[in-house]
Amino acid sequence: MSLNKSNNWSIALVMLLSIALCIGIGLSVGSSGLESLQNAWHDEVAWQIIWDIRLPRTLGALAAGALLGLAGALAQGLFRNPLADPYLLGSASGATLGVALALAFFGGNQLATEVLVRVGLTGAAFVGALLAVVLTLVLAKGVQHTMRLLLAGVIVGVVMGAMASLISLMRPDILQNMQGFLLGSTAFIGWSACIVMACFLIPCLCFAWFFGFAMDALSLGESTAVSLGVPLRAMRMVIVLLVALATGTAVAQTGLIAFVGLAAPHLVRSIASVKSGSLALLSALMGGLLLLLADILARSLIAPQELPVGVLTAVLGGGYLLWLMYRNQNQGALG
Amino acid sequence: MSETSIAIQSSNILVSLNGQEVLHGIDLQIRAGLWTSIVGPNGSGKSTLLKALAGLLEFHGEVLVFDAPLNSFKAKVRAQQISWLGQNEVTSDDLNVWDVVMLGRLPYQDWMAVPSSQDIQAVETALQATQSWDWRQRRLGQLSAGEKQRVLLARAIAVQAPLTLMDEPLTNLDPPHQVNWLEQVRCLTSQGKTVVSVLHEVGMALHADDMVVIQAGRIVHQGACSEPTTHRAIEAVFDNRIAIQSIHSHWIAVPNLLRSR
Repeated sequence: MSLNKSNNWSIALVMLLSIALCIGIGLSVGSSGLESLQNAWHDEVAWQIIWDIRLPRTLGALAAGALLGLAGALAQGLFRNPLADPYLLGSASGATLGVALALAFFGGNQLATEVLVRVGLTGAAFVGALLAVVLTLVLAKGVQHTMRLLLAGVIVGVVMGAMASLISLMRPDILQNMQGFLLGSTAFIGWSACIVMACFLIPCLCFAWFFGFAMDALSLGESTAVSLGVPLRAMRMVIVLLVALATGTAVAQTGLIAFVGLAAPHLVRSIASVKSGSLALLSALMGGLLLLLADILARSLIAPQELPVGVLTAVLGGGYLLWLMYRNQNQGALG
Repeated sequence: MSETSIAIQSSNILVSLNGQEVLHGIDLQIRAGLWTSIVGPNGSGKSTLLKALAGLLEFHGEVLVFDAPLNSFKAKVRAQQISWLGQNEVTSDDLNVWDVVMLGRLPYQDWMAVPSSQDIQAVETALQATQSWDWRQRRLGQLSAGEKQRVLLARAIAVQAPLTLMDEPLTNLDPPHQVNWLEQVRCLTSQGKTVVSVLHEVGMALHADDMVVIQAGRIVHQGACSEPTTHRAIEAVFDNRIAIQSIHSHWIAVPNLLRSR
Protein backbone atom coordinates (compact mmCIF):
# COMPACT_ATOMS: atom_id res chain seq x y z
CA MET A 1 0.00 0.00 0.00
CA SER A 2 1.03 3.61 -0.42
CA LEU A 3 2.09 4.00 3.21
CA ASN A 4 4.48 1.05 2.91
CA LYS A 5 5.85 2.26 -0.39
CA SER A 6 6.63 5.73 0.91
CA ASN A 7 8.18 4.12 3.99
CA ASN A 8 10.37 1.94 1.77
CA TRP A 9 11.48 4.94 -0.24
CA SER A 10 12.35 6.78 2.97
CA ILE A 11 14.43 3.82 4.16
CA ALA A 12 16.18 3.58 0.79
CA LEU A 13 16.89 7.32 0.84
CA VAL A 14 18.35 7.16 4.37
CA MET A 15 20.54 4.21 3.35
CA LEU A 16 21.70 5.98 0.19
CA LEU A 17 22.63 9.08 2.19
CA SER A 18 24.46 6.90 4.75
CA ILE A 19 26.30 5.16 1.90
CA ALA A 20 27.30 8.54 0.42
CA LEU A 21 28.57 9.62 3.84
CA CYS A 22 30.51 6.36 4.29
CA ILE A 23 32.05 6.72 0.82
CA GLY A 24 33.24 10.18 1.87
CA ILE A 25 34.71 8.76 5.09
CA GLY A 26 36.18 5.83 3.17
CA LEU A 27 38.04 8.23 0.89
CA SER A 28 39.55 10.02 3.87
CA VAL A 29 40.66 6.98 5.89
CA GLY A 30 44.09 5.47 5.24
CA SER A 31 47.75 5.58 6.24
CA SER A 32 48.14 9.12 4.89
CA GLY A 33 44.85 10.20 6.47
CA LEU A 34 42.70 13.11 5.36
CA GLU A 35 45.72 14.86 3.85
CA SER A 36 45.53 12.85 0.63
CA LEU A 37 41.90 13.86 0.11
CA GLN A 38 42.66 17.54 0.75
CA ASN A 39 45.62 17.57 -1.65
CA ALA A 40 44.13 15.30 -4.30
CA TRP A 41 43.49 18.10 -6.83
CA HIS A 42 47.03 19.46 -6.85
CA ASP A 43 49.18 16.53 -5.74
CA GLU A 44 49.63 13.67 -8.19
CA VAL A 45 50.59 11.13 -5.50
CA ALA A 46 47.63 12.12 -3.34
CA TRP A 47 45.38 11.84 -6.42
CA GLN A 48 46.74 8.35 -7.12
CA ILE A 49 46.05 7.30 -3.51
CA ILE A 50 42.47 8.52 -3.77
CA TRP A 51 41.71 7.45 -7.33
CA ASP A 52 43.65 4.19 -7.61
CA ILE A 53 43.44 2.85 -4.05
CA ARG A 54 40.80 4.34 -1.78
CA LEU A 55 37.96 4.96 -4.26
CA PRO A 56 37.97 1.51 -5.91
CA ARG A 57 38.39 -0.13 -2.53
CA THR A 58 35.47 1.81 -1.07
CA LEU A 59 33.22 1.24 -4.07
CA GLY A 60 34.35 -2.39 -4.19
CA ALA A 61 33.34 -2.88 -0.56
CA LEU A 62 29.97 -1.35 -1.41
CA ALA A 63 29.48 -3.65 -4.42
CA ALA A 64 30.65 -6.81 -2.60
CA GLY A 65 28.42 -6.05 0.38
CA ALA A 66 25.51 -5.39 -1.96
CA LEU A 67 26.06 -8.72 -3.73
CA LEU A 68 26.17 -10.59 -0.42
CA GLY A 69 23.12 -8.74 0.96
CA LEU A 70 21.21 -9.54 -2.22
CA ALA A 71 22.29 -13.21 -2.14
CA GLY A 72 21.24 -13.46 1.50
CA ALA A 73 17.78 -12.03 0.82
CA LEU A 74 17.30 -14.37 -2.14
CA ALA A 75 18.52 -17.43 -0.22
CA GLN A 76 16.26 -16.69 2.73
CA GLY A 77 13.30 -16.17 0.39
CA LEU A 78 13.97 -19.26 -1.68
CA PHE A 79 14.53 -21.55 1.27
CA ARG A 80 11.94 -19.78 3.42
CA ASN A 81 14.38 -19.90 6.28
CA PRO A 82 15.55 -16.76 8.07
CA LEU A 83 18.83 -18.44 9.01
CA ALA A 84 19.79 -19.21 5.43
CA ASP A 85 22.65 -17.25 3.97
CA PRO A 86 25.04 -18.07 1.16
CA TYR A 87 27.57 -19.50 3.61
CA LEU A 88 25.18 -21.81 5.45
CA LEU A 89 24.09 -23.26 2.13
CA GLY A 90 27.62 -24.18 1.20
CA SER A 91 27.95 -21.84 -1.77
CA ALA A 92 30.83 -19.87 -0.25
CA SER A 93 32.77 -23.04 0.48
CA GLY A 94 32.05 -24.11 -3.07
CA ALA A 95 33.41 -20.78 -4.26
CA THR A 96 36.48 -21.29 -2.06
CA LEU A 97 37.10 -24.69 -3.58
CA GLY A 98 36.66 -23.21 -7.03
CA VAL A 99 39.19 -20.47 -6.27
CA ALA A 100 41.62 -23.01 -4.78
CA LEU A 101 41.40 -25.10 -7.94
CA ALA A 102 41.80 -22.01 -10.13
CA LEU A 103 44.80 -20.80 -8.16
CA ALA A 104 46.35 -24.26 -8.32
CA PHE A 105 45.92 -24.40 -12.09
CA PHE A 106 46.51 -20.76 -13.07
CA GLY A 107 48.43 -19.32 -10.11
CA GLY A 108 51.85 -20.46 -11.27
CA ASN A 109 51.25 -19.79 -14.94
CA GLN A 110 53.44 -16.88 -16.02
CA LEU A 111 51.52 -16.46 -19.25
CA ALA A 112 48.24 -15.82 -17.48
CA THR A 113 47.50 -12.12 -17.47
CA GLU A 114 45.91 -10.36 -14.54
CA VAL A 115 42.63 -10.07 -16.41
CA LEU A 116 42.66 -13.75 -17.31
CA VAL A 117 43.34 -14.72 -13.70
CA ARG A 118 40.55 -12.42 -12.53
CA VAL A 119 38.04 -13.78 -15.01
CA GLY A 120 39.24 -17.29 -14.19
CA LEU A 121 38.84 -16.75 -10.45
CA THR A 122 35.39 -15.23 -10.85
CA GLY A 123 34.33 -18.06 -13.13
CA ALA A 124 35.75 -20.71 -10.81
CA ALA A 125 34.13 -19.12 -7.77
CA PHE A 126 30.82 -18.92 -9.63
CA VAL A 127 30.91 -22.53 -10.79
CA GLY A 128 31.99 -23.70 -7.33
CA ALA A 129 29.19 -21.75 -5.64
CA LEU A 130 26.59 -23.06 -8.10
CA LEU A 131 27.70 -26.66 -7.73
CA ALA A 132 27.68 -26.36 -3.95
CA VAL A 133 24.11 -25.00 -3.88
CA VAL A 134 22.92 -27.68 -6.33
CA LEU A 135 24.64 -30.37 -4.26
CA THR A 136 22.97 -29.01 -1.12
CA LEU A 137 19.58 -29.13 -2.85
CA VAL A 138 20.18 -32.68 -4.06
CA LEU A 139 21.31 -33.91 -0.64
CA ALA A 140 18.35 -32.18 1.04
CA LYS A 141 15.94 -33.61 -1.57
CA GLY A 142 14.47 -30.17 -2.25
CA VAL A 143 13.82 -27.15 -0.11
CA GLN A 144 10.78 -28.31 1.86
CA HIS A 145 12.61 -29.65 4.91
CA THR A 146 14.45 -26.86 6.66
CA MET A 147 16.59 -28.90 9.00
CA ARG A 148 17.65 -31.32 6.26
CA LEU A 149 18.51 -28.36 4.08
CA LEU A 150 20.69 -26.71 6.69
CA LEU A 151 22.38 -30.01 7.52
CA ALA A 152 23.06 -30.64 3.84
CA GLY A 153 24.45 -27.11 3.51
CA VAL A 154 26.75 -27.63 6.49
CA ILE A 155 27.94 -30.98 5.14
CA VAL A 156 28.63 -29.56 1.68
CA GLY A 157 30.39 -26.59 3.27
CA VAL A 158 32.60 -28.76 5.46
CA VAL A 159 33.48 -31.22 2.72
CA MET A 160 34.25 -28.57 0.11
CA GLY A 161 36.18 -26.54 2.68
CA ALA A 162 38.22 -29.63 3.52
CA MET A 163 38.92 -30.24 -0.16
CA ALA A 164 40.07 -26.62 -0.57
CA SER A 165 42.37 -27.05 2.44
CA LEU A 166 43.77 -30.25 0.96
CA ILE A 167 44.55 -28.47 -2.31
CA SER A 168 46.25 -25.65 -0.37
CA LEU A 169 48.38 -28.20 1.48
CA MET A 170 49.33 -29.97 -1.73
CA ARG A 171 50.28 -26.67 -3.38
CA PRO A 172 52.17 -24.58 -0.77
CA ASP A 173 52.74 -21.83 -3.38
CA ILE A 174 49.04 -20.90 -3.23
CA LEU A 175 48.85 -21.13 0.58
CA GLN A 176 49.40 -17.41 1.16
CA ASN A 177 46.84 -16.41 -1.46
CA MET A 178 44.35 -18.87 -0.01
CA GLN A 179 44.94 -17.56 3.53
CA GLY A 180 44.24 -14.02 2.33
CA PHE A 181 41.16 -15.27 0.52
CA LEU A 182 39.83 -17.09 3.60
CA LEU A 183 40.31 -14.07 5.86
CA GLY A 184 38.45 -11.85 3.43
CA SER A 185 39.75 -8.44 2.50
CA THR A 186 38.75 -5.37 0.57
CA ALA A 187 42.32 -4.05 0.55
CA PHE A 188 43.23 -5.19 -2.95
CA ILE A 189 40.06 -4.30 -4.80
CA GLY A 190 40.94 -2.36 -7.93
CA TRP A 191 38.89 -0.81 -10.67
CA SER A 192 38.74 -4.05 -12.66
CA ALA A 193 37.21 -5.87 -9.68
CA CYS A 194 34.76 -3.00 -9.19
CA ILE A 195 33.67 -3.22 -12.81
CA VAL A 196 33.32 -7.00 -12.65
CA MET A 197 31.17 -6.77 -9.50
CA ALA A 198 29.05 -3.95 -10.91
CA CYS A 199 28.50 -5.92 -14.11
CA PHE A 200 27.14 -8.84 -12.08
CA LEU A 201 25.34 -6.78 -9.43
CA ILE A 202 23.12 -4.74 -11.75
CA PRO A 203 21.55 -7.66 -13.66
CA CYS A 204 21.23 -9.66 -10.43
CA LEU A 205 19.32 -6.77 -8.84
CA CYS A 206 17.08 -6.46 -11.90
CA PHE A 207 16.29 -10.18 -11.95
CA ALA A 208 15.65 -10.17 -8.19
CA TRP A 209 13.22 -7.28 -8.65
CA PHE A 210 11.50 -8.95 -11.62
CA PHE A 211 11.07 -12.24 -9.75
CA GLY A 212 9.90 -10.57 -6.55
CA PHE A 213 6.25 -11.47 -7.21
CA ALA A 214 7.15 -15.15 -7.45
CA MET A 215 9.18 -15.01 -4.24
CA ASP A 216 6.18 -13.40 -2.53
CA ALA A 217 3.95 -16.23 -3.71
CA LEU A 218 6.54 -18.78 -2.59
CA SER A 219 6.48 -17.23 0.87
CA LEU A 220 2.96 -18.70 1.22
CA GLY A 221 4.19 -22.22 0.47
CA GLU A 222 5.06 -24.18 -2.64
CA SER A 223 1.57 -25.54 -3.31
CA THR A 224 0.03 -22.09 -3.01
CA ALA A 225 2.67 -20.61 -5.31
CA VAL A 226 1.99 -23.27 -7.95
CA SER A 227 -1.77 -22.81 -7.54
CA LEU A 228 -1.31 -19.11 -8.30
CA GLY A 229 0.33 -19.97 -11.61
CA VAL A 230 3.94 -19.33 -10.58
CA PRO A 231 6.39 -21.38 -12.68
CA LEU A 232 8.10 -22.72 -9.58
CA ARG A 233 10.76 -24.88 -11.20
CA ALA A 234 11.98 -22.14 -13.52
CA MET A 235 11.83 -19.54 -10.79
CA ARG A 236 13.78 -21.72 -8.38
CA MET A 237 16.44 -22.29 -11.02
CA VAL A 238 16.79 -18.56 -11.65
CA ILE A 239 17.03 -17.75 -7.93
CA VAL A 240 19.62 -20.50 -7.37
CA LEU A 241 21.62 -19.08 -10.27
CA LEU A 242 21.38 -15.56 -8.85
CA VAL A 243 22.46 -16.67 -5.36
CA ALA A 244 25.41 -18.57 -6.79
CA LEU A 245 26.34 -15.74 -9.16
CA ALA A 246 26.12 -12.98 -6.53
CA THR A 247 27.99 -15.01 -3.90
CA GLY A 248 30.58 -16.31 -6.29
CA THR A 249 31.31 -12.85 -7.70
CA ALA A 250 31.67 -11.23 -4.29
CA VAL A 251 33.71 -14.05 -2.78
CA ALA A 252 36.02 -14.21 -5.80
CA GLN A 253 36.91 -10.53 -5.43
CA THR A 254 37.00 -10.14 -1.64
CA GLY A 255 37.42 -13.61 -0.17
CA LEU A 256 35.12 -14.85 2.56
CA ILE A 257 33.17 -12.00 4.11
CA ALA A 258 31.11 -13.47 6.90
CA PHE A 259 27.53 -12.78 7.98
CA VAL A 260 26.79 -9.78 5.73
CA GLY A 261 24.42 -11.95 3.68
CA LEU A 262 22.62 -13.11 6.80
CA ALA A 263 22.46 -9.82 8.67
CA ALA A 264 21.47 -7.42 5.87
CA PRO A 265 17.98 -8.90 5.13
CA HIS A 266 17.28 -9.24 8.86
CA LEU A 267 18.14 -5.61 9.46
CA VAL A 268 15.87 -4.54 6.60
CA ARG A 269 13.01 -6.66 7.94
CA SER A 270 13.49 -5.19 11.39
CA ILE A 271 12.77 -1.69 10.08
CA ALA A 272 10.27 -2.31 7.28
CA SER A 273 7.57 -4.68 6.07
CA VAL A 274 8.56 -5.20 2.46
CA LYS A 275 7.73 -7.45 -0.45
CA SER A 276 10.45 -9.72 -1.79
CA GLY A 277 11.53 -7.47 -4.66
CA SER A 278 11.96 -4.48 -2.37
CA LEU A 279 13.60 -6.69 0.26
CA ALA A 280 16.22 -7.79 -2.26
CA LEU A 281 17.02 -4.21 -3.29
CA LEU A 282 17.04 -2.83 0.25
CA SER A 283 19.14 -5.80 1.46
CA ALA A 284 21.66 -5.01 -1.27
CA LEU A 285 21.85 -1.41 -0.05
CA MET A 286 22.08 -2.59 3.57
CA GLY A 287 24.78 -5.16 2.72
CA GLY A 288 26.76 -2.50 0.89
CA LEU A 289 26.42 -0.12 3.83
CA LEU A 290 27.46 -2.81 6.33
CA LEU A 291 30.58 -3.77 4.41
CA LEU A 292 31.47 -0.11 3.86
CA LEU A 293 31.27 0.46 7.60
CA ALA A 294 33.26 -2.70 8.32
CA ASP A 295 35.89 -1.64 5.78
CA ILE A 296 36.25 1.79 7.43
CA LEU A 297 36.56 0.13 10.85
CA ALA A 298 39.08 -2.40 9.50
CA ARG A 299 41.22 0.45 8.21
CA SER A 300 40.97 2.67 11.28
CA LEU A 301 40.78 0.44 14.39
CA ILE A 302 44.51 -0.42 14.51
CA ALA A 303 45.76 2.22 12.02
CA PRO A 304 48.17 2.43 10.33
CA GLN A 305 47.81 -1.36 10.18
CA GLU A 306 44.56 -2.97 9.04
CA LEU A 307 42.36 -5.80 10.13
CA PRO A 308 41.07 -8.22 7.48
CA VAL A 309 37.51 -7.04 6.98
CA GLY A 310 36.24 -10.64 6.96
CA VAL A 311 37.48 -11.09 10.52
CA LEU A 312 35.62 -7.97 11.58
CA THR A 313 32.33 -8.94 9.93
CA ALA A 314 32.64 -12.45 11.42
CA VAL A 315 33.00 -11.09 14.95
CA LEU A 316 30.26 -8.46 14.58
CA GLY A 317 27.97 -10.74 12.56
CA GLY A 318 28.47 -13.64 14.96
CA GLY A 319 27.39 -11.40 17.82
CA TYR A 320 24.35 -10.33 15.83
CA LEU A 321 23.45 -13.97 15.09
CA LEU A 322 23.73 -14.88 18.77
CA TRP A 323 21.47 -11.98 19.66
CA LEU A 324 19.02 -13.08 16.98
CA MET A 325 18.96 -16.64 18.32
CA TYR A 326 18.50 -15.37 21.87
CA ARG A 327 15.64 -13.11 20.81
CA ASN A 328 13.92 -15.84 18.77
CA GLN A 329 14.29 -18.37 21.58
CA ASN A 330 12.61 -15.91 23.91
CA GLN A 331 9.82 -15.52 21.38
CA GLY A 332 9.67 -19.32 20.95
CA ALA A 333 9.98 -19.04 17.18
CA LEU A 334 13.51 -19.95 16.15
CA GLY A 335 13.67 -20.86 12.48
CA MET B 1 -27.20 -35.49 -9.62
CA SER B 2 -27.57 -35.59 -13.37
CA GLU B 3 -29.61 -32.34 -13.51
CA THR B 4 -26.74 -30.25 -12.18
CA SER B 5 -23.67 -29.58 -14.28
CA ILE B 6 -20.41 -31.16 -13.21
CA ALA B 7 -17.47 -29.04 -12.01
CA ILE B 8 -14.94 -31.86 -11.61
CA GLN B 9 -15.00 -35.31 -13.08
CA SER B 10 -12.14 -37.67 -12.41
CA SER B 11 -11.51 -41.07 -13.95
CA ASN B 12 -9.22 -43.67 -12.49
CA ILE B 13 -6.85 -41.31 -10.65
CA LEU B 14 -3.73 -43.06 -9.44
CA VAL B 15 -1.23 -41.20 -7.27
CA SER B 16 2.04 -42.52 -5.87
CA LEU B 17 4.06 -40.78 -3.18
CA ASN B 18 7.62 -41.90 -2.48
CA GLY B 19 7.09 -44.95 -4.65
CA GLN B 20 3.95 -46.07 -2.83
CA GLU B 21 0.52 -45.87 -4.43
CA VAL B 22 -1.77 -43.88 -2.14
CA LEU B 23 -4.77 -43.30 -4.43
CA HIS B 24 -6.00 -46.39 -6.22
CA GLY B 25 -8.20 -45.40 -9.14
CA ILE B 26 -10.48 -42.60 -7.97
CA ASP B 27 -13.65 -42.01 -9.97
CA LEU B 28 -15.41 -38.88 -8.84
CA GLN B 29 -18.02 -36.32 -9.83
CA ILE B 30 -18.26 -32.96 -8.08
CA ARG B 31 -21.45 -31.04 -8.81
CA ALA B 32 -21.06 -27.41 -9.85
CA GLY B 33 -22.41 -24.61 -7.67
CA LEU B 34 -22.47 -26.77 -4.55
CA TRP B 35 -20.24 -27.52 -1.60
CA THR B 36 -18.73 -30.98 -1.44
CA SER B 37 -16.87 -32.26 1.62
CA ILE B 38 -14.29 -35.00 1.53
CA VAL B 39 -14.02 -36.99 4.76
CA GLY B 40 -12.15 -40.08 5.83
CA PRO B 41 -9.78 -41.40 8.48
CA ASN B 42 -6.22 -40.11 8.89
CA GLY B 43 -3.98 -41.22 6.06
CA SER B 44 -6.86 -42.16 3.78
CA GLY B 45 -5.63 -39.87 1.00
CA LYS B 46 -8.02 -36.91 1.37
CA SER B 47 -5.40 -34.18 1.00
CA THR B 48 -3.62 -36.08 -1.76
CA LEU B 49 -6.89 -36.36 -3.68
CA LEU B 50 -7.57 -32.64 -3.27
CA LYS B 51 -4.06 -31.77 -4.47
CA ALA B 52 -4.50 -34.01 -7.50
CA LEU B 53 -7.83 -32.33 -8.31
CA ALA B 54 -6.07 -28.95 -8.04
CA GLY B 55 -3.33 -30.09 -10.39
CA LEU B 56 -0.68 -29.64 -7.70
CA LEU B 57 0.81 -33.10 -7.95
CA GLU B 58 1.39 -35.62 -10.67
CA PHE B 59 -1.21 -38.30 -11.19
CA HIS B 60 -2.28 -40.94 -13.67
CA GLY B 61 -5.80 -40.88 -15.00
CA GLU B 62 -7.95 -37.99 -16.12
CA VAL B 63 -9.43 -34.97 -14.38
CA LEU B 64 -11.93 -32.79 -16.21
CA VAL B 65 -12.59 -29.34 -14.77
CA PHE B 66 -15.70 -27.79 -16.27
CA ASP B 67 -15.43 -30.39 -19.05
CA ALA B 68 -11.84 -29.47 -19.98
CA PRO B 69 -8.87 -31.73 -19.19
CA LEU B 70 -6.99 -30.29 -16.19
CA ASN B 71 -3.64 -31.06 -17.79
CA SER B 72 -4.54 -28.94 -20.82
CA PHE B 73 -4.87 -25.76 -18.74
CA LYS B 74 -2.07 -23.23 -18.89
CA ALA B 75 -0.79 -22.38 -15.41
CA LYS B 76 -2.38 -18.94 -15.37
CA VAL B 77 -5.74 -20.15 -16.68
CA ARG B 78 -5.77 -22.96 -14.14
CA ALA B 79 -4.97 -20.42 -11.40
CA GLN B 80 -7.97 -18.32 -12.50
CA GLN B 81 -10.25 -21.37 -12.52
CA ILE B 82 -9.14 -23.07 -9.30
CA SER B 83 -8.47 -21.32 -6.01
CA TRP B 84 -6.44 -23.30 -3.50
CA LEU B 85 -6.14 -23.08 0.28
CA GLY B 86 -3.53 -25.53 1.55
CA GLN B 87 -3.00 -27.14 4.90
CA ASN B 88 -0.14 -26.33 7.30
CA GLU B 89 2.01 -24.68 4.65
CA VAL B 90 5.01 -22.90 6.12
CA THR B 91 4.44 -19.23 5.43
CA SER B 92 6.83 -16.34 5.73
CA ASP B 93 5.83 -13.82 8.38
CA ASP B 94 7.32 -10.82 6.58
CA LEU B 95 4.55 -9.78 4.20
CA ASN B 96 1.73 -7.62 5.44
CA VAL B 97 -1.86 -8.80 5.26
CA TRP B 98 -2.81 -6.61 2.30
CA ASP B 99 0.10 -7.91 0.20
CA VAL B 100 -0.71 -11.53 1.12
CA VAL B 101 -4.32 -11.20 0.02
CA MET B 102 -3.28 -9.29 -3.11
CA LEU B 103 -1.25 -12.38 -4.09
CA GLY B 104 -4.62 -13.98 -4.75
CA ARG B 105 -4.93 -11.63 -7.71
CA LEU B 106 -1.63 -12.78 -9.22
CA PRO B 107 -3.36 -14.96 -11.86
CA TYR B 108 -5.02 -11.85 -13.30
CA GLN B 109 -2.04 -9.51 -13.22
CA ASP B 110 0.50 -8.93 -15.95
CA TRP B 111 4.16 -9.09 -15.03
CA MET B 112 5.22 -6.01 -13.05
CA ALA B 113 1.77 -4.46 -13.56
CA VAL B 114 0.14 -2.23 -10.96
CA PRO B 115 -2.97 -3.84 -9.38
CA SER B 116 -6.16 -2.81 -11.18
CA SER B 117 -9.18 -1.30 -9.46
CA GLN B 118 -10.82 -4.73 -9.85
CA ASP B 119 -7.90 -6.33 -7.98
CA ILE B 120 -8.15 -3.78 -5.18
CA GLN B 121 -11.93 -4.27 -4.97
CA ALA B 122 -11.49 -8.07 -4.77
CA VAL B 123 -8.92 -7.77 -1.98
CA GLU B 124 -11.06 -5.33 0.00
CA THR B 125 -14.11 -7.59 -0.33
CA ALA B 126 -12.15 -10.69 0.75
CA LEU B 127 -10.61 -8.90 3.74
CA GLN B 128 -13.99 -7.67 4.90
CA ALA B 129 -15.64 -11.06 4.32
CA THR B 130 -13.11 -12.73 6.61
CA GLN B 131 -13.13 -9.86 9.12
CA SER B 132 -9.45 -9.22 8.48
CA TRP B 133 -9.77 -5.65 7.21
CA ASP B 134 -8.51 -4.03 10.42
CA TRP B 135 -5.14 -5.86 10.18
CA ARG B 136 -4.43 -5.05 6.56
CA GLN B 137 -1.27 -3.14 7.45
CA ARG B 138 0.04 -5.70 9.94
CA ARG B 139 2.61 -8.36 9.15
CA LEU B 140 1.51 -11.99 9.02
CA GLY B 141 3.97 -12.70 11.85
CA GLN B 142 2.08 -10.31 14.13
CA LEU B 143 -1.13 -12.34 13.92
CA SER B 144 -2.31 -15.33 15.92
CA ALA B 145 -2.64 -18.70 14.18
CA GLY B 146 -6.41 -18.26 13.83
CA GLU B 147 -6.08 -14.72 12.49
CA LYS B 148 -3.46 -15.89 10.03
CA GLN B 149 -5.78 -18.64 8.82
CA ARG B 150 -8.48 -16.05 8.16
CA VAL B 151 -6.03 -13.99 6.11
CA LEU B 152 -5.07 -17.08 4.08
CA LEU B 153 -8.78 -17.74 3.53
CA ALA B 154 -9.16 -14.15 2.34
CA ARG B 155 -6.30 -14.77 -0.11
CA ALA B 156 -8.14 -17.80 -1.49
CA ILE B 157 -11.43 -15.87 -1.76
CA ALA B 158 -9.69 -12.96 -3.52
CA VAL B 159 -8.92 -15.25 -6.46
CA GLN B 160 -12.67 -15.20 -7.25
CA ALA B 161 -12.32 -18.52 -9.05
CA PRO B 162 -15.39 -20.56 -10.01
CA LEU B 163 -13.88 -23.53 -8.13
CA THR B 164 -12.34 -23.32 -4.65
CA LEU B 165 -10.49 -26.24 -3.06
CA MET B 166 -9.68 -26.02 0.65
CA ASP B 167 -7.65 -28.45 2.71
CA GLU B 168 -8.50 -28.23 6.42
CA PRO B 169 -9.65 -24.61 6.23
CA LEU B 170 -10.93 -24.62 9.82
CA THR B 171 -7.49 -25.23 11.34
CA ASN B 172 -6.94 -22.86 14.28
CA LEU B 173 -10.33 -21.16 13.83
CA ASP B 174 -12.45 -20.65 16.93
CA PRO B 175 -16.18 -21.59 16.81
CA PRO B 176 -17.48 -18.13 15.79
CA HIS B 177 -15.03 -17.98 12.91
CA GLN B 178 -15.84 -21.55 11.93
CA VAL B 179 -19.43 -20.39 11.59
CA ASN B 180 -18.19 -17.40 9.64
CA TRP B 181 -16.33 -19.79 7.33
CA LEU B 182 -19.57 -21.75 6.79
CA GLU B 183 -21.30 -18.52 5.85
CA GLN B 184 -18.49 -17.70 3.42
CA VAL B 185 -18.85 -21.09 1.75
CA ARG B 186 -22.59 -20.58 1.46
CA CYS B 187 -21.97 -17.13 0.02
CA LEU B 188 -19.68 -18.65 -2.62
CA THR B 189 -22.16 -21.36 -3.59
CA SER B 190 -24.98 -18.80 -3.73
CA GLN B 191 -22.89 -17.04 -6.39
CA GLY B 192 -22.83 -20.29 -8.38
CA LYS B 193 -19.28 -21.18 -7.32
CA THR B 194 -18.17 -24.68 -6.43
CA VAL B 195 -16.41 -25.45 -3.16
CA VAL B 196 -14.61 -28.67 -2.28
CA SER B 197 -13.17 -29.03 1.22
CA VAL B 198 -11.29 -31.63 3.19
CA LEU B 199 -12.43 -31.50 6.79
CA HIS B 200 -11.59 -33.47 9.89
CA GLU B 201 -14.59 -32.06 11.71
CA VAL B 202 -17.29 -34.46 10.50
CA GLY B 203 -19.99 -32.33 12.13
CA MET B 204 -18.93 -29.32 10.05
CA ALA B 205 -18.51 -31.46 6.94
CA LEU B 206 -22.14 -32.62 7.27
CA HIS B 207 -23.25 -29.05 6.53
CA ALA B 208 -22.08 -29.54 2.94
CA ASP B 209 -24.39 -30.43 0.07
CA ASP B 210 -22.48 -33.53 -0.99
CA MET B 211 -20.07 -35.84 0.73
CA VAL B 212 -17.21 -37.96 -0.59
CA VAL B 213 -16.15 -40.66 1.84
CA ILE B 214 -12.68 -42.02 1.30
CA GLN B 215 -10.80 -44.86 2.95
CA ALA B 216 -7.36 -46.29 2.21
CA GLY B 217 -7.07 -44.39 -1.07
CA ARG B 218 -10.43 -45.50 -2.40
CA ILE B 219 -13.80 -43.79 -2.50
CA VAL B 220 -16.27 -45.86 -0.56
CA HIS B 221 -19.28 -43.59 -0.94
CA GLN B 222 -20.40 -40.43 -2.66
CA GLY B 223 -23.78 -38.84 -2.12
CA ALA B 224 -25.82 -36.07 -0.57
CA CYS B 225 -25.04 -35.25 3.06
CA SER B 226 -28.68 -35.75 4.00
CA GLU B 227 -28.82 -39.34 2.73
CA PRO B 228 -28.84 -42.09 5.38
CA THR B 229 -26.50 -44.17 3.19
CA THR B 230 -23.93 -41.37 3.45
CA HIS B 231 -24.23 -41.41 7.23
CA ARG B 232 -23.75 -45.16 7.38
CA ALA B 233 -20.69 -44.89 5.14
CA ILE B 234 -19.14 -42.22 7.39
CA GLU B 235 -19.79 -44.32 10.49
CA ALA B 236 -18.29 -47.37 8.82
CA VAL B 237 -15.00 -45.72 7.74
CA PHE B 238 -14.56 -44.38 11.26
CA ASP B 239 -15.00 -47.90 12.62
CA ASN B 240 -18.43 -46.99 14.05
CA ARG B 241 -16.73 -44.87 16.73
CA ILE B 242 -19.01 -42.00 15.75
CA ALA B 243 -22.74 -41.92 15.10
CA ILE B 244 -24.54 -39.45 12.85
CA GLN B 245 -27.64 -38.05 14.48
CA SER B 246 -30.15 -35.35 13.73
CA ILE B 247 -30.74 -32.45 16.10
CA HIS B 248 -33.01 -29.55 15.13
CA SER B 249 -32.79 -30.53 11.45
CA HIS B 250 -28.97 -30.47 11.52
CA TRP B 251 -26.82 -33.56 11.23
CA ILE B 252 -24.14 -33.95 13.85
CA ALA B 253 -21.47 -36.56 14.63
CA VAL B 254 -21.40 -37.78 18.22
CA PRO B 255 -18.85 -40.11 19.83
CA ASN B 256 -20.11 -43.66 20.05
CA LEU B 257 -18.97 -44.47 23.59
CA LEU B 258 -21.00 -47.65 23.94
CA ARG B 259 -18.51 -49.63 21.95
CA SER B 260 -15.60 -48.81 24.25
CA ARG B 261 -17.37 -49.99 27.40
